[in-house]
Parts: sequence; structure tokens; C-alpha cells
Amino acid sequence: MSRELHTFKGGVHPPEHKTESNGHPIHAAPLPRKLVIPLRQHIGNPAKPVVEVGDHVKKGQMIAAADGAISVAVHASSSGTVTAIDLQPVPHISGLPDLCITIETDGRDEWIAHAPLDYRTMAPADLRMKLRDLGLAGLGGAVFPTGAKLNPGPTQHCPTLIINGGECEPWITCDDVLMRHHADEILQGVAVMRHLMGSTEILVGIEDNKPEAIAAMQAAADRLDFAVEVIAVPTLYPSGGAKQITEILTGKQVPSGKRSTDVGLQVFNVGTTYALARAVHHGEPLISRLVTVTGHVLRPQNFEVLIGTPMHMLITLAGDRDGTTGVLMGGPMMGMPMPNLDVPVVKATNCLLVKSRELFPPLPKALPCIRCTRCADACPAELQPQELFRFSKVGDFGRAQEYHLFDCIECGCCSYVCPSHIPLVDFYRYAKSEIWAHEKDKRASDLARERHEFRQFRQEREKKEKAEKLAAKAQAKRAELAAEPAAGAPPGSGDADARKALIAAALARAQARKTEVAPKNTDNLSPDTQHEIEEIEARRAKIRELARKPLESKENNT
Amino acid sequence: MLAAILVMVGIAVVTGLILGWSAIRFKVEGNPLAEKIDAILPQTQCGQCGFPGCRPYAEAIAKGEADINQCPPGGEEGVKKLADLLGIEPKSLDETHGATKPKSVAFIDEQTCIGCTLCIQACPVDAISGAAKQMHTIIAAECTGCELCLPPCPVDCISMVPIAEDLPHWKWKHPVIELKRIA
Ligand code: SF4
Ligand code: SF4
Ligand code: SF4
Ligand code: SF4
Repeated sequence: MSRELHTFKGGVHPPEHKTESNGHPIHAAPLPRKLVIPLRQHIGNPAKPVVEVGDHVKKGQMIAAADGAISVAVHASSSGTVTAIDLQPVPHISGLPDLCITIETDGRDEWIAHAPLDYRTMAPADLRMKLRDLGLAGLGGAVFPTGAKLNPGPTQHCPTLIINGGECEPWITCDDVLMRHHADEILQGVAVMRHLMGSTEILVGIEDNKPEAIAAMQAAADRLDFAVEVIAVPTLYPSGGAKQITEILTGKQVPSGKRSTDVGLQVFNVGTTYALARAVHHGEPLISRLVTVTGHVLRPQNFEVLIGTPMHMLITLAGDRDGTTGVLMGGPMMGMPMPNLDVPVVKATNCLLVKSRELFPPLPKALPCIRCTRCADACPAELQPQELFRFSKVGDFGRAQEYHLFDCIECGCCSYVCPSHIPLVDFYRYAKSEIWAHEKDKRASDLARERHEFRQFRQEREKKEKAEKLAAKAQAKRAELAAEPAAGAPPGSGDADARKALIAAALARAQARKTEVAPKNTDNLSPDTQHEIEEIEARRAKIRELARKPLESKENNT
Repeated sequence: MLAAILVMVGIAVVTGLILGWSAIRFKVEGNPLAEKIDAILPQTQCGQCGFPGCRPYAEAIAKGEADINQCPPGGEEGVKKLADLLGIEPKSLDETHGATKPKSVAFIDEQTCIGCTLCIQACPVDAISGAAKQMHTIIAAECTGCELCLPPCPVDCISMVPIAEDLPHWKWKHPVIELKRIA
């Protein structure tokens, strides 16, 4: 550990609360009777169902396929029968439902046939596709499709791989216990990543409040045939943020609006790496994850939980207590309050933090901003939170963007230190979602403008074409007539005569057509067909009747 | 005296030439103000403003022939943006042009549709697909919710369905913070 570490600006030291849950072994949560599996658990397009209600599915069977490059598949977490594909409540702060597949489990927990992948002989693109179809997405919080992230870009070379075991958020310990108990498998996943990214330098960053995890990872690293540097980083929230751990370990900053591969590195969470090892070395899709259940419960601990397990089951398992005032998915700094506990555990669920009045006393009422700039001192993204707050509050989103609103990682350091107790992050989330909505509206109105203009252009063109066609026809006719009766007509009678002749010819033609017997397909019909025709005629008459009024009014307008 | 007059005249001629030349050289095609106004208008193309679409209304505002509060789909927010752009006082929406409604898309009851194509002809953004005597349907992603297809339909099979709030459309609300009263 001779590596020279760098520091990022800002950060805070909230009480850690790790020991409540990190000392216990991992227990597998029991199989629930019903699994509700959302199709939008990752960033990108939601997965598309490939099963139907009534189908029997096996554990690990794909039930919804990835839709596009930035998307991942979704799998049955256990065997059973699909009982519904409909809107169900999902773990989202809004409490809005989303499309989910419900599986009534049969208790047999029967696996579908699966086999390890021979990743060394596979083409990288095929392997990435396979990871997408195995449902792999980042388990650190952002849930970005892992396959898409394991693409080193056009250079085909990403020298540095950072494995993020920072887990800086208070209360959460799922990465800690994962590293303690599954260090070897985590590093097996790293081997696959190294293969895909062409990396030569592998850095594992772990906050120094997890000595057991550091020791376990170091021991596992020593058993490998490639070099892995396990580095203890000082405990400081949010050192586990992707940008922050990058800066601590390498001193590099990813410029605003750039991707980390542009500066030659990529960051993965340890949970993601473990899931990748299960996928590649066992062929298992992502159907379970570690979840810390802690806070105001009797037995805080980590569970291995099937995706789709209802949250209330985990809290019962950990021993619920009286005086619960709410549940956060995630930690106290960045977690989201859950509208109800029937919602399922999803790929992003790292922690259920049960709140009580003693552990999380209600915040005092907010005071006006006194412009003390403590928030700016604490901000790890080097922003001016007080200015962002000022602009977001009054809806001046343009100015907020000028102050780099979108570099805000919503870490909550600013709200944590604010002496006026202003819920600053809520304002940034509000501003961001307003800006996204505006952008969406703007795209929609641009599309409408384009289509409207094209329609006008088309109508204009059709009118012109029609006029041209008519003119050409008239011209031809005139020329024909002029050539024909040239002998009869006195020369110099000019246009008027030509037109007269034209009309006469047209009249003669119409006359001739009238006397002709029009061919009819309505003679000699069977009575059935005749009856049908009459019915249709009656319907038409009715419709014409109905249509007349609006049509007349329209004609009057034009 | 004469010299001074000559100098002044000379300067006037030279600047005049420069101005004249740049007016030709840097001529701006179209009407830049109307463009900017058009960019603010919602492009619903509904005609409630009294003009046959957003662009004509934008041009009328630019020429000072129309007021800025005639577009119900744009709502109060739209009026405010126009006022900002033009540097004038915002005013409230003119009720005579209609009220702002929640965003909706048209929906054709496909059982009732007789395939008369009248709605296709009315749609300003070609958001309806169908052919004579065939059932018609609305391409929801392209429908602006202008309601122009409702009146021509002879069998009244088109209705407006408000866009329900779902997860992809959900927005964070403006936080309500209770301020502590300082006595
Ligand atoms: S910490 Fe709070 S009071 Fe101080 S400047 Fe920031 S927002 Fe204002
Ligand atoms: S939430 Fe955003 S503004 Fe506040 S400290 Fe974190 S990065 Fe800075
Ligand atoms: S009223 Fe309708 S046509 Fe007029 S500007 Fe507004 S959206 Fe466009
Ligand atoms: S489908 Fe109807 S409501 Fe939608 S844009 Fe076309 S005419 Fe307007």
C-alpha cells in the first residue's frame, strides 16, 4: 500500500453505523410465495416480456428480453407459474405502478439448464450480448447495463480498472460482507473484466473502516496470477462515489460531460463484479443480490434476496419493531423513502433502512439560506450549492445549468451540513427533472413543427403537380385540335375558336359515353349478394346523412 | 467652414456606403424574431390563437399584429416566456381563445371508424394513419392533441385521452419547505 493517494474536495463524516449489520454471516432469505419482478430495473429501455400468463417458468429462465443496446433481460428468480403481467407498485418514491411479471412460486426452486461461459474463446461483442441477456446491471446504485459498460470504446483498450468497494454511505454493509465472504469470486469477475477491457492496472479501493474486507480481498489477490492492488482509502463520505474514488486512487478527474473511458479507466462496484463471476463461471443470470436490512429492526443483517421478494418480508425476517417511522431504500444520505412495503426488491436495492423517531429525529424546520457557504465547502463535486438552490427554487433552470447542476451527484453533503436545514437535494432533483421534461417537450414540439412544415410542403407540391398535369393535358388537346381542323376553320380565328372546338369535342365524347352500355357487375346476382348490397347501401346512406352536417359547416368555412 | 461641411458629408457618405453594403452582405433570411417566437410556441398547430398554425401566429406577433396571450396550449408559462423575449409585461391568458387543458392525445375507437379519411385531412401533423374504407389509427407519439380531427369525424369515434402520469413521465415536485417563524 505504497500508493500515493489523492483527495477530493469537500466530503463529510456522518456517523457510520456499520457495526450493527456487518458482523453477521449472510443468510438466504426464504422463497416467497409470490415474486413480483419489474421490467424496468435498470437504466435504459425496459425489458420486453417473452412469457405469457399461465406459462410455467424455471428458476433463471428469461421472462423478459433486453430491448436495444442499453437494456438488460429480466429472469425468473425461482420456478413457478406466471400469474400476471400488469402494472404493480414498484420501489419508487412516487408510488406509481410499473409493468411487472408476477410469478406464483411452486416451492421446488428448479433451475433451468445453465452452463459456464468460455469467455476466453468468445468474441467480445458476443460476450457482451450474453451478459446483457443474463440481466447484468451495476449493483452499486446506478444499475447501468454491465455489458454496455464493459466496452472499452474505439481504442479497445482501457488501461485502468477500478473496483469500487468504498461503500461510504452510513448503515449499508452489503458490499462489506460480500468482500469478507466472497473475495475470491469477486476477483474471478475482475479477471473477466480485465479480459474484456484490456486493462493492465487493477485497483480495488476500500474505505479503511472495513479492515476485515481489506484483509480478505488482499488474501484473495495474493492467490491470483495477475496483479491486483488492494488499497485502503480514508473514510470520508462520499469516497465511494465513482468520480471520487477515481480521484482518490489515480488523481484523475473525469471532465464534465465526458465518460470515464475517455480518460482510460472504468469503475465497477464489487457487487457487480461478483454477479459477473456468477454469470460467467456458472452461467447464472442476475436473480438475487445482497440486501442490508438495518436501522430500527431487532436483528440488523445482510440477506441474500431473490429479486422480486416483497420488502415487508425482509423487515419481518430482521424483526420489525414498534415505532417505525418509514423505510428508505438505500442509505440515509441518498436513500429514497418507500411509499409502501409491498414493493419488491429490485437489482438496485442495496439496503432497507428502517427509520424511527430516535434514530432519525425529524429535521427542524428550515430557515432561510444565510449564505454561509458551508454547503460549498462540503460539496465533493466542487459546486456552489447555495446558488443552485437559489436558481432551482425560483425556476431559473438556465442559470442552474450554468452553475453545473448536472454535475451534482445528489450525495446530500450540502443538505447534511446546512445550518438552516434546507433540503437542498430535493431542489436539485426537482430542477433536473423539470429540465428533462422541458427537453422532452422541446423534442416533441420540434417534431410537430417539422411534420407540419412537411405537410404544408406536400400539399403545395400536390397542388402544383395537379395544376401542371391539367395544363399539360389542355396543351396537348389544343395542339391536337389545332392540327386537325386546321383546314375547316378560317385562319386567324385564334384561341376562342380553339376553345369552342375543345368544348364541342368534350360534349361529343360525353354523349357517346352516355349511349354506350355501361358494363355492370350487379346483374344476375344471387339473392344473398343482392341483400348484402342493399344493406351496405342503407348503411352508406345513413353515414352520408350523418356526415352532411359537419361537412357543410366545413365547406362554409373554406 | 466649407472644409468642415465637406468632412462631415464625406463621413456620412462613407458610413452610408458601409451600412448599405453590410445590409446586402449580411442580409438575414426570414424573420429572426418570428423564428424565436415560433421556437417558444408549443407547435400544437391547433389554430386556437386565430391563426392557421403556430408559425403564422408567430409572424403576427413579430409584426405587432397579435397579442402574446392568445395561445391556450402554451398557457401562462408560454405567455411569460414570450413577454421575456419581447421585453414586455406578461399578462394573463386571453380566455376568449380557450383555456389550457391537460395534455392529451386523440384516440380512435377502431370499432366505429368507417374509414372516411376526413380526420387524416384535418390533422396538421399527419399523425393519423389509414386509407379509404380502412380502419384508421392515431400515432400517439406524433399527435399534438390539437383536437382538429374531432369535428370532421362523421361518426364521432375520436376522443381525447389525457396523458396519464406514469413512471417515465413522473417529475419531482417543487419541495414545500415550511419555514420556521422567527418571532
Ligand atoms: S449551507 Fe445552507 S445556509 Fe449555508 S449557504 Fe449553503 S444553503 Fe445557505
Ligand atoms: S448533493 Fe450535489 S450540490 Fe450537494 S454536495 Fe452533493 S454534489 Fe454538491
Ligand atoms: S394556439 Fe395552437 S396554433 Fe396557435 S400558437 Fe398556440 S398551439 Fe400554435
Ligand atoms: S390526431 Fe387529431 S388531435 Fe392529434 S394531432 Fe392529429 S388532428 Fe390533432
